[in-house]
Amino acid sequence: MTVAAEKNPPVKLPNELTITPQIVAEHGLAPDEYQRVLSIMGRTPTMVELGIFSAMWSEHCSYKSSKVWLKKLPTSAPWVIQGPGENAGVIDIGDGQAAIFKMESHNHPSYIEPYQGAATGVGGILRDVFTMGARPVANLNALRFGDPSHPKTRHLVSGVVAGIGGYGNCMGIPTVGGETNFHAAYNGNILVNAMTVGIAPTDRIFYAAAAGIGNPLVYVGSKTGRDGIHGATMASTEFSEDSEEKRPTVQVGDPFVEKLLLEACLELMATDAIVAIQDMGAAGLTSSSFEMAAKGGLGVIVELDKVPMRETGMNPYELMLSESQERMLIVLKPGREELARKIFEKWELDFAVIGHLTDTERMVLSWHGDIVGNIPIPPLVTEAPMYERPWTLTPLPPVLDAAKVPAPRDYKASLLTLMGCPDLASKAWIWHQYDHLIMGNTAIRPQDGDAALVRVPGGHKGLAMTSDCTPRYVQAHPETGGRQAVAEAWRNITATGARPLAVTDNMNFGNPTKPEIMGQFAGAIMGMAEACKTLDFPVVSGNVSLYNETEGRPILPTPTIGAVGVIEDIAKAVGSRLSKAGLALVLLGETQGWLGQSLYLRELCGREEGAPPPVDLAVERRNGDFVRGEILGGRIAACHDLSDGGLLVGLAEMCLAGGTGVTMKLPAGAGAAHGFLYGEDQGRYLAATDDGNALLAAAAAAGVPATLLGYAGGQALVVEGLLTLPLAELRAVHEAWLPTYMNSAA
Amino acid sequence: MKAAVLVFPGSNREGDVAQAIELVTGRKPAMVWHGDGDFEKTDLIVVPGGFSYGDYLRCGAMAAQSPVMAEVKRRAAQGVPVLAICNGFQIAAEAGLLPGVLMRNAHLKFVCADVHLKVESSQSLFTNRYQAGQVIRIPVAHAEGNYFADAETLRKVEDRGQVAFRYCAPDGTVDGSGNPNGSINNIAGIFNETKTVMGLMPHPENATEPMFGGSDGKALFEGLVEALS
Repeated sequence: MTVAAEKNPPVKLPNELTITPQIVAEHGLAPDEYQRVLSIMGRTPTMVELGIFSAMWSEHCSYKSSKVWLKKLPTSAPWVIQGPGENAGVIDIGDGQAAIFKMESHNHPSYIEPYQGAATGVGGILRDVFTMGARPVANLNALRFGDPSHPKTRHLVSGVVAGIGGYGNCMGIPTVGGETNFHAAYNGNILVNAMTVGIAPTDRIFYAAAAGIGNPLVYVGSKTGRDGIHGATMASTEFSEDSEEKRPTVQVGDPFVEKLLLEACLELMATDAIVAIQDMGAAGLTSSSFEMAAKGGLGVIVELDKVPMRETGMNPYELMLSESQERMLIVLKPGREELARKIFEKWELDFAVIGHLTDTERMVLSWHGDIVGNIPIPPLVTEAPMYERPWTLTPLPPVLDAAKVPAPRDYKASLLTLMGCPDLASKAWIWHQYDHLIMGNTAIRPQDGDAALVRVPGGHKGLAMTSDCTPRYVQAHPETGGRQAVAEAWRNITATGARPLAVTDNMNFGNPTKPEIMGQFAGAIMGMAEACKTLDFPVVSGNVSLYNETEGRPILPTPTIGAVGVIEDIAKAVGSRLSKAGLALVLLGETQGWLGQSLYLRELCGREEGAPPPVDLAVERRNGDFVRGEILGGRIAACHDLSDGGLLVGLAEMCLAGGTGVTMKLPAGAGAAHGFLYGEDQGRYLAATDDGNALLAAAAAAGVPATLLGYAGGQALVVEGLLTLPLAELRAVHEAWLPTYMNSAA
Repeated sequence: MKAAVLVFPGSNREGDVAQAIELVTGRKPAMVWHGDGDFEKTDLIVVPGGFSYGDYLRCGAMAAQSPVMAEVKRRAAQGVPVLAICNGFQIAAEAGLLPGVLMRNAHLKFVCADVHLKVESSQSLFTNRYQAGQVIRIPVAHAEGNYFADAETLRKVEDRGQVAFRYCAPDGTVDGSGNPNGSINNIAGIFNETKTVMGLMPHPENATEPMFGGSDGKALFEGLVEALS
């Protein structure tokens, strides 16, 4: 018998079902984990208690495989108000305002039921942010789909995009940015990572820790139904052929109710009635009530028969494990029940006092007067399984000799191939289905800049936000890939003129019980941690999604980095639109012509090999700080970071965004033309400026390599001696792929 | 100009239009809750965009039955100007304040994009700051903006000069290329017979500042201020 069990004498409860090893296995608990349950409880758990352990100790809720690694990430900085561990991260953006943000995955549900899976992913992340007192001001999403030729891909793209739009548009939150990639490794397991950014006054931030013995526990929002039961457990296992039978575990969203819930919560938050508030996300009433009590060091009594129910005949097990959407749990100050009830009744939402806080440190569940569950809270946390799983780092692949990569026979054709390939083709078909303009604060729209830029309401500040990851780099060498994902996010914020502040990470990996997968995770974390430290870019929130495998085939390791930065005067920000003839184009940063793991290599040579481009963080910082200073000084008119596809792709994107051509020539000493034009060397920016020589001189003074490439003008992209490409032809190819693909018959 | 902006459960562009009104008038409009059938007297009523009642049943159908809309109809009949944007246009059409209906977009998808509009008439409270034939650029954001009316209604709307704006190409050509939703005759906005009620799908309130989507929508609000102050 453990110490915990002695402190928490067993409470005898009748059991409605015999708990067999099969039932334990169906709850995703390993035999040794079940032994821990027995020792904590000192008896056989009831079904509802078993369900609670199952949910709370699922990978999704407990981070049992990842926790030891997540601790290695830097999480603090003077501007961090709240790091990981709350519903979302909080940073100080000045003027008494905070940005509250987080990214979260909804991968498994979106594969099974793309519309609802993606929609409720957006709903869930919105709640995580507004439960802390913020009004959401922007959404982003990072999507990874399978090979376009896979029979399911079109259906999944269509459903996911409609689901994200359907939820975000109805909520009235602009969806301003994101990324979409395609790769066969996601054929059986797509990734849907949704991010929300909100704004709150720094002195009005709400937390989940319960306080005040006897204070009422209040349920608000939608009624509880039978949807999403055991969603957290499903999200913590591998997929198999029969996964679609798990469709009933996918939640169904109602953005209209969430909009009402948002307004009602913000109205209540403007009063002094709230002690603590927590949304009901994964594992629903179980995790929300449990986490609130645990964080406050208290106990809780929940009278389950008082929970508003959508259907008749529901039992305690279903009520505790349902993941019905659009629900919140609130601890109110005593005597504020009527004030709160009036607000929720005005918004036509359910409101019910379903229990109260106690000093017992136990979660007691009652059902029409009978006790149906009685669990000691502290050991469920302190004795939760935590694994240091074996891990094997991925060795650095040999550096690919650029001389062994063939040059294109036709540069024009090669650029058109790249600009029309699934990863680089315009995603306008997607973001035109998202309301990206509502609230009237969107200064940089999708495709017009490296990061989205949104004005902070009521002032002149802007928030820059982005989401980034290059999974093929992470696959080749997780450490480099992790470093690169953070660096690219930092660079994208910088390229608008904003100061990068903090990161939310969404770690999507395969089965952590395989050492090579755990090694990918470990490597990515090491690279990310180093980059976050060097760039003063702490991680303030995040989410881990493991078991992204189908029939034993893992996804590409995908640590998606969401990032936020601030610019004091939004009028000084720049996008990537090249909209004026005569501007000089200056390449900032060093180019070696790195073709290993490049899109050129993959799309034109059909090879995915070599080491990914190295990221020198000191150089990254030096170059980025220089670029930001020049932008804020008004000496750069447009700026674009160079990443996927390299220099020529970046230039083509600037031309298309602004509708202006460019004539450039290869500088002396550029080396092989295809390496110079398509290499994916890191730490580089393309800047357009009125005074090219001044920028070159400033760069030289700052020790930043800089090269004048040419000038803007005309209606074609010209590389002297190599290609002349009319913008209309470039645009047609760039914009055709996705709509053509989506409109063609399956 | 005193303005009132209606708020239904699910409205979500009421803040945008309030911001635009404040920008041109210097004062905040009154926000009127849907249950409030007895709101203060105003010079202009705005029915804003959003997803009133979640767009359930049919866009605008439930909001059209709310107490506040009964009052809006009464005041509109007395000549109080009503500006109905996007979901507001759908509500006004459902309430019978404007002829025709808004159907699902022809391509069946939500669309958020800048569109070009040809101003059909400058002879109204809403369009007096524009020139007839002028091309302006403001965004749309909707899934049900496909304007339709039966042949007889459409003939009357056209004959009486009730078309306010038509979707067009950047050069002003009115053809399919500039039509984002399949609207009949490229109709983007219409007046009632007295031109005191205007409904339109595009969002002039999201085009009032050069840095945030352009400023071609600002003149609509400035024109209202001029006419109603």
